[in-house]
Amino acid sequence: MFEALREGLGEEMERDPNVCVIGEDVGDYGGSYKVTKGFSEKFGSWRVLDTPIAENSFTGMAIGAAMTGLRPVVEGMNMGFLLLAYNQIANNCGMLHYTSGGQFTIPVVIRGPGGVGRQLGAEHSQRLESYFQSVPGLQMVACSTPYNAKGLMKAAIRCENPVILYEHVLLYNLKEKIPDEEYTCCLEEAEMVRPGTDITILTYSRMRYHVTQAAKTLVDRGYDPEIIDIRSLKPFDMYTIGESVKKTHRVLIVEECMRTGGIGASLRSAIMESFWDELDGPIGCLSSQDVPTPYSGPLEELTVVQPHQIVTAVENLCGKK
Amino acid sequence: MAALSSLRVAVPQLDSRRTLPCSHFGGAGCEKAFFRCQSSKLLLGAGCVAGEKAPRVAGGGNVRAAVSASKAVTEKPNSGSKSDKADLLVTKDEGLELYEDMVLGRSFEDMCAQMYYRGKMFGFVHLYNGQEAVSTGFIKLLKQTDFVTSTYRDHVHALSKGVPARQVMAELFGKSTGCCRGQGGSMHMFSAEHGLLGGFAFIGEGIPVAVGAAFTSKYKREVLKEEGDMPVSIAFFGDGTANNGQFFECLNMAQLWKLPVIFVVENNLWAIGMSHYRSTSDPEIWKKGPAFGMASAHVDGMDVLKVREVAKEAVERARRGDGPTLIECETYRFRGHSLADPDELRAPAEKAHYAARDPIVALKKYLLDNEIATEAELKSIEKKIDEVVEDAVEFADASPLPGRSQLLENVFADPKGFGIGPDGRYRCEDPGFTAGTAQV
Repeated sequence: MFEALREGLGEEMERDPNVCVIGEDVGDYGGSYKVTKGFSEKFGSWRVLDTPIAENSFTGMAIGAAMTGLRPVVEGMNMGFLLLAYNQIANNCGMLHYTSGGQFTIPVVIRGPGGVGRQLGAEHSQRLESYFQSVPGLQMVACSTPYNAKGLMKAAIRCENPVILYEHVLLYNLKEKIPDEEYTCCLEEAEMVRPGTDITILTYSRMRYHVTQAAKTLVDRGYDPEIIDIRSLKPFDMYTIGESVKKTHRVLIVEECMRTGGIGASLRSAIMESFWDELDGPIGCLSSQDVPTPYSGPLEELTVVQPHQIVTAVENLCGKK
Repeated sequence: MAALSSLRVAVPQLDSRRTLPCSHFGGAGCEKAFFRCQSSKLLLGAGCVAGEKAPRVAGGGNVRAAVSASKAVTEKPNSGSKSDKADLLVTKDEGLELYEDMVLGRSFEDMCAQMYYRGKMFGFVHLYNGQEAVSTGFIKLLKQTDFVTSTYRDHVHALSKGVPARQVMAELFGKSTGCCRGQGGSMHMFSAEHGLLGGFAFIGEGIPVAVGAAFTSKYKREVLKEEGDMPVSIAFFGDGTANNGQFFECLNMAQLWKLPVIFVVENNLWAIGMSHYRSTSDPEIWKKGPAFGMASAHVDGMDVLKVREVAKEAVERARRGDGPTLIECETYRFRGHSLADPDELRAPAEKAHYAARDPIVALKKYLLDNEIATEAELKSIEKKIDEVVEDAVEFADASPLPGRSQLLENVFADPKGFGIGPDGRYRCEDPGFTAGTAQV
């Protein structure tokens, strides 16, 4: 997947000379997850800017650059570091188009790896999607496959709105054959992973794989789950989701962010608001525990949703077969 | 001295400097001038002889120029004696332009106070009275294609940059004809046409934006190979901001990449009720530039001609590609922090001291004493400005308030960002969307 991201970013940089990368170790080091490997030699150090460790200021700098004609892609070495840039992301990135009365656009892409990894410790295992979802004026997408990683990267760069692209530390080595021809993915659309009839399972990022793994067991036991990778965390694709709910009448959300104030919490109320009459039961939501991610392996495993929990939840919502 | 000793804190020896304006340059490669600036002789103002001996500098052409500029400035007659025409710092046209801009700033802000108390504008309003020399001194040197970022005290920066008074007043009244369609308000003045990148409510958050605009300037030169004058950016902010992380982070990055940005500290000694001396370990802000290898200066911000001389040097440095400058302007706000501030902490003697250094009065005196302008010419400018400000109020009064349909229009540059609704269409395609009644 890191190569797909690299391809997407590289193609956009070739296509539009205003696209540039700003972040720590993106240049000489090639990016801590190799997304910008070779870019510095190819595009030069002004277009692949190695910054000092000053997230709030270099994010603000990217915003100023975007207001004056460039299209920066800001890399958070780890998404968690962007907490330091919250001031700029909330106040300027999200709100400035509005407070200026539409005079300035902020076509920045903010991207980086987040999510729970392998014993990286609490601060390197954060899920910022829940923290930023309230900020008006931002779009948020989460990639989960090499195909949608490249497509979303390209679409995000071309979008006139500020977009946060969430990548996951454990998905960078995923392999998949992707088309040679140019393509983009729609930022606002969800992705159908497995059509089904019994229950709609909504998920994103790494949890997609826990869901598909659980689905194998579920299918063996006679269930027919419909799996949708919502991809667009803000705004939600209420059409794809709605069509599915109308078909299955049962919903389970499986997410990696914390339970309190998470994406699932918002998604649950959005579905209830629009599709209450279609539901045969309460919307289930499996989220990570509201704990700082512990270092120790067994404890860390307990904080995120595991496939067996997904199986149990589906059985509870659909009834035993 | 009495003014400052009546503060509740033991004021360090440095305060003696506050009453004696001086300007000089210090910075990387300028050892001589820098160490002179640290000598107590210079702190007292007497013997401010930065121009006396040319410093040993490698490639120090610009420093020499800076030094001679400061020499000219310290020789500027403060006492009202006439100079030769050759020594005058401004032409007649320039002098009148500066005067008009400062009078506009002052009259506009006074009108804001009136309008606020009459219930025409609301919220937090921060007025610039007393600091006009800084805005006029810097911004009148800029082109329309140059950039400015400001703080919440941004009305006058907007006016100096060329945003029409009508648009600023209408914005303050919350009308849809305001420069930000009434969506920004007092603390968020923006103008794409005039290169005003904001208006920011949180201190410090505008500085990286100015650095970003400077980055674009340099990028266009280095990567896109554009030619012509490089646009420069100026970030205006206060003494309180100079203790904030973003300030230091930006000094580092700007100097590291030699970006065409100028950091202007409007040191008015107070951050709401926090005295600069109570919050800052080393109160001499201009000294922090050399820690990053940046050329820095301290200037009397109550004197528009001194500000202008220092600003010229900094703008030229930036445009040439020689990088940023940090300039600390000693200035003062005649009113409270905002219209809600009772302003009880500042000593009357301190206020009186600075009232006596009113920048508009000082310029008027200079223009008259040196026969650059006549009393009648200055009066006619004042009258013209009165009319401009009255007209701005009338325009704002007569303008409509925003309609409901405006509520959602500028949340996203591309309204597809509101997403796809249950019916499969993008929500923004819903006819109810622009009426502001659509569900989002």
